[in-house]
Amino acid sequence: MAIQVKVLERPIRQTSYVRAMLKGMAITFKHLANPHKVTWQYPEQKWDLSPRWRGTHRMLTDENGKSKCVACGLCPQICPANCIKLVPGEDEEGNRYPLVYEIDEFRCIFCGYCQEVCPEEAIHVGRHYENSEYSRAGFVYDLERLTAQTHPVCEMWDPADPRGE
Amino acid sequence: MTIAAVLMLVQHAYDAQVPVHGAPWLWFTIIKILVVFTVLMVTIAYLTLAERKISAWIQDRHGPNRVGPRGLFQPLADGLKNIMKEETYPSAAYGPLFILAPVMSFIPALITFAVIPFAAPLPTPWGLVDMSIADLPVGFLYILAIASLGVYGIVLAGWSSNNKYALLGGLRSSAQMVSYEVSMGLAAVSVLLLSGNVSLSSIVATQIQTGWFAFPLLIGFFLFLVAAFAETNRLPFDLPEAESELIAGYHTEYSSMKFSMFFIAEYSNMVTASALLTTLFFGGWAVPFWTTVDTAPWHWWKTLITLVFFMIKTGFFLFLYMWIRWTLPRFRYDQLMSVGWKVMLPIALGYLVIMAAAVLGLEMAGIAPTARLGGFVPIYWAILAVLNIVLAILVFVVLDRGRLVSPAYARVGAVELAELRAMAMRRPPLTPAQGD
Repeated sequence: MAIQVKVLERPIRQTSYVRAMLKGMAITFKHLANPHKVTWQYPEQKWDLSPRWRGTHRMLTDENGKSKCVACGLCPQICPANCIKLVPGEDEEGNRYPLVYEIDEFRCIFCGYCQEVCPEEAIHVGRHYENSEYSRAGFVYDLERLTAQTHPVCEMWDPADPRGE
Repeated sequence: MTIAAVLMLVQHAYDAQVPVHGAPWLWFTIIKILVVFTVLMVTIAYLTLAERKISAWIQDRHGPNRVGPRGLFQPLADGLKNIMKEETYPSAAYGPLFILAPVMSFIPALITFAVIPFAAPLPTPWGLVDMSIADLPVGFLYILAIASLGVYGIVLAGWSSNNKYALLGGLRSSAQMVSYEVSMGLAAVSVLLLSGNVSLSSIVATQIQTGWFAFPLLIGFFLFLVAAFAETNRLPFDLPEAESELIAGYHTEYSSMKFSMFFIAEYSNMVTASALLTTLFFGGWAVPFWTTVDTAPWHWWKTLITLVFFMIKTGFFLFLYMWIRWTLPRFRYDQLMSVGWKVMLPIALGYLVIMAAAVLGLEMAGIAPTARLGGFVPIYWAILAVLNIVLAILVFVVLDRGRLVSPAYARVGAVELAELRAMAMRRPPLTPAQGD
């Protein structure tokens, strides 16, 4: 016994294969007859997401339907995955707005910093997980796509209410 | 009506109609072959669904429920998929045997069913039609012979694939089949002792007269059950497949319909083994507790009722197969061999001697198999049943204690155990890592 093997103290004198087998079969039959199943019938039956679930992004809009973003540049600054592309622009009244706002959801690590840092509460991570696309290019969400999303957004962790109550 | 009169009626019913012969016999045989083959194939297809459903329920899942209502069309979808799949031929495989192997396991699995009587004979204007494809006078020997042919398919598949996992699966299968066929045959000899005939229809007829053999041959039934599990390569004896060790064992290299054929062979072996257990130990198509049916003259409704009861009994054994599969873990190879040769074979041999002595003793005491004490209690049957229950208690309670299959096969004596413990204790105790 070159390798150290754990020797368990087993009551070998009392073990009985047949009795152990019958006991096992009783257990499996109990589960067989049990009408409560653990499977979630996915497309029909969906998991309730946590209010703090961080999924694909959503850009909120103001009452005119324009995005709330003021192109301050904080979110591309804080993004640890460097997945936000922002080109700021300015209209004739001097209001800044994003000319280009793209999030590469493949690079995103869903940390939620962009939502936390946003002074206008414009960009949000969403409570959403069904993201399939036919091409990789489809995962680069542009501003139009981000504003068109309708799923609920994440409620970030609030230090005043750590349990989210 | 006294029992003697009932038995006379049975005897009368057996002789009342001549068996069908001549050209109608040929036609009826062809029809029976077609019907039995079709029913067997559909049953096998639905057994795959039953297997998946039962495994799912045992694991608290739903199982396949998307194709058709409650997943009932799943076997059709599976079949279609298997036919559409690509056939692969490994370049290193030996072609002829590689193609022959699925056939070799498929055909014996199907033709074993030919001799099993699945219902009471059907009276027709042309004579009495046996409800088995061929009521061979050597039915039981035929089954033993054909069932052992099935191993060739597995061994050939293992060898011709030129794959180490497949070869190991084939080797295990041959060792397993050889080991368990011995005790299977010996366990079945006790049935032949009571029935006095190897034809399956007469074994059923004897059981109708004297009562089912499951109780007077309890140990024999148990041995036969275990050996049947081993013969059909089902858990806990599925070493030829052994997914966790051998990928898929002997059919690792097979794809498409050839892979499917191994599965059909496995399930039809299960059906045959269940039907055989029913026929040998549970009265075949005999109806329990309803002697009016058993003693009634041949009639089409009798055929129908007995067919239903045969299906129920066979279905129970099929369920038992699946139930055990999803309960027990696989044996280790040395455990398999030691159970086969050191436990099953001695018990089967000893049991055969005891049963032969008991049958001889009862004959010398002048108790006929059909005798009934006070016209009701089947005394012959009861004496053997009591003997078997005593033997069963001996085997399962006394012998099984720590001797049959222990968790670690090599039984360790007290001295050795102390040595091993001392060795284990010499290891330095685990200390928490620095900084914890």
